[in-house]
Amino acid sequence: MSSVAVTAQTAGPAAARAAARRRARKSSGGTRRAGWIVYTLLGITLLISAFPLYFTLLLGSSDPVEISRNAVPQWLPDTSLFTQFATVISSTQINFWTALTNSLIIAVLVSASVVLFSTLAGYSFAKLRFRGRGPLLVFVIATMAVPTQLGVIPLYILMTDLHWIGKLQAVIVPALVTAFGVFWMTQYLSESLPYELIEAARVDGASMIRTFWSIALPAARPAAAMLGLFTFVQQWTNFFWPSIVLNSNNPTLPLVVKSLQSNYFVDYSLVMGGVFLVTLPLLIIFIFVGKQLVAGIMQGAVKG
Amino acid sequence: MAVLTPQRSAPDAGAAGREPRRLGFSQRLGRWDVKLSPYLYISPFFILFAVTGLFPLAYTAYVSVHDWSLLGGQGDFVGLTNFSDVLAQPTFWKSLGNTLSIFVLSSVPQVLVAITIAALLDQNLRAATFWRMGVLVPYVVAPVAVSMIFGRLFADQYGLINSILTLIGMDPIAWHGDRLASHLAIATMVNYRWTGYNALIFLAAMQAVPRELYEAAVIDGAGRIRQFFSVTVPQIRATIIFVVITSTIGGLQIFDEVRMFDVYGLGGPDQNWMTTVVYLYDLAWGDQHSLGRASAVAWLLFLLIILIGLINFLVTRRISTSDAAPKTTRKSSTRGNA
Repeated sequence: MSSVAVTAQTAGPAAARAAARRRARKSSGGTRRAGWIVYTLLGITLLISAFPLYFTLLLGSSDPVEISRNAVPQWLPDTSLFTQFATVISSTQINFWTALTNSLIIAVLVSASVVLFSTLAGYSFAKLRFRGRGPLLVFVIATMAVPTQLGVIPLYILMTDLHWIGKLQAVIVPALVTAFGVFWMTQYLSESLPYELIEAARVDGASMIRTFWSIALPAARPAAAMLGLFTFVQQWTNFFWPSIVLNSNNPTLPLVVKSLQSNYFVDYSLVMGGVFLVTLPLLIIFIFVGKQLVAGIMQGAVKG
Repeated sequence: MAVLTPQRSAPDAGAAGREPRRLGFSQRLGRWDVKLSPYLYISPFFILFAVTGLFPLAYTAYVSVHDWSLLGGQGDFVGLTNFSDVLAQPTFWKSLGNTLSIFVLSSVPQVLVAITIAALLDQNLRAATFWRMGVLVPYVVAPVAVSMIFGRLFADQYGLINSILTLIGMDPIAWHGDRLASHLAIATMVNYRWTGYNALIFLAAMQAVPRELYEAAVIDGAGRIRQFFSVTVPQIRATIIFVVITSTIGGLQIFDEVRMFDVYGLGGPDQNWMTTVVYLYDLAWGDQHSLGRASAVAWLLFLLIILIGLINFLVTRRISTSDAAPKTTRKSSTRGNA
């Protein structure tokens, strides 16, 4: 079907228009370039953002005895950092590779699920007419403000009954959908998916699900990517619930930080080396997707 | 929307199929497709959300009126005993005080600094994306890692911050001893992670402010600082409230930072920095093993969050209705400059 091409053609100009609008707005903000004071202050802000991470590298490179005597044992990281990395990775109490794999599995599966189900529901709310649509959408929006994390105790009882304690599904299943995701996709699709496209596909004889798959899904791609990214970061850094249902034998990366603290609290250089190692994967991902994260927040992503 | 009624696909099907009976069947199928699909598409969300979100929340109320042990399971119905037990515990009230104190210490400076950073980013910058990404770096550091790193910076002995204080001739602070100092340290961790994030939300709101307002201010002779306070701040007021609300929901549930602030992770020997969620955790998975009492705490905290949320909502409504241009500002808080 030619519907994908049609979407690309219509999504193209729409995206271009939005970009042009943004450009125009930015340049109309003032032709005067920012002065050095602005750059200095921003530079300081960036230093404050980066310093704790740099400090972690420093402590990871130092001798534990030095750390307990001197606030800044040295000013430059050195190769002894890699010794700490090696110790953390090979430690039998830490299970680093298991944690990395687990974090990856959880973050990928949950992001994929949140994106798929949110897009499906968002498409339905944004573009289809059905009885009860209004009240149901209000319900979704209302539940965004409800702190469902407070339902941990029955959820824990449920996981115990299912014999899921210590298993990844205990973390994955409760995170499969979010009200925010549905709201986010509804908003995006109701603004950016023209009815004409759906109509055209229907006239061509496409079934409802076919229309969703070949019209709505491609059109939803930018918003879906952002939702996926935020869900990924949120799952990757999540600690509260995984610390309840998982243990140090089958941990995620944040749980590794806790194990490091309780197993090696006397060896601060090892702990800090481990903390950096745990932070590193997301930092690397950030280099590639940071721009999209910034755009996502500026389009109104809410803290999750 | 006419497209979503089956009649529209009928001519197409009619052209394709020659036999009237088959046409009737596919038409009926098409009608069901149109009628059921919307419900089918929203059902995964509602079913999963009901099972993993709403049901546990409601069932918390059921657990909270029972004697319920982590190991022994469900016990007798005890009415509101769990609630009265918890409310009689000084630790509960102390944890609530800690939570509110950390919340205030983290949200107020955070909003002020975030607005300042946003104002800097709103200038006509070279490499704007670089600066924006730069302030977002802390967001990708897990709270537990932030807590470990800052735990070292705020170490009572030989911590960097105390060393600097000593260097400039001040007394070192007992970050793990003094109650308010520990709150400040934990609030700093929260601020580190979220300030840049909120700055970007404010930046989006600032970019949605009509530029004519600034031009008018310039004509009236307002300098940059005056423009900021007389044009920018009033225009992004709704976004400020929006950020305050979201940080309220998060700020009242602080857990990770406290768990890592010392090795025991239960808020210190005198519960000086134990938050209410950590208290809940300790009741259920600590020595007491009391899921019943923990559920009572969960419900009390839930009611508190809803109450504060409602107050926020009412304040927001009042302020937005008195706002000269509420619509543009409100829009920017939910959708930014998209």
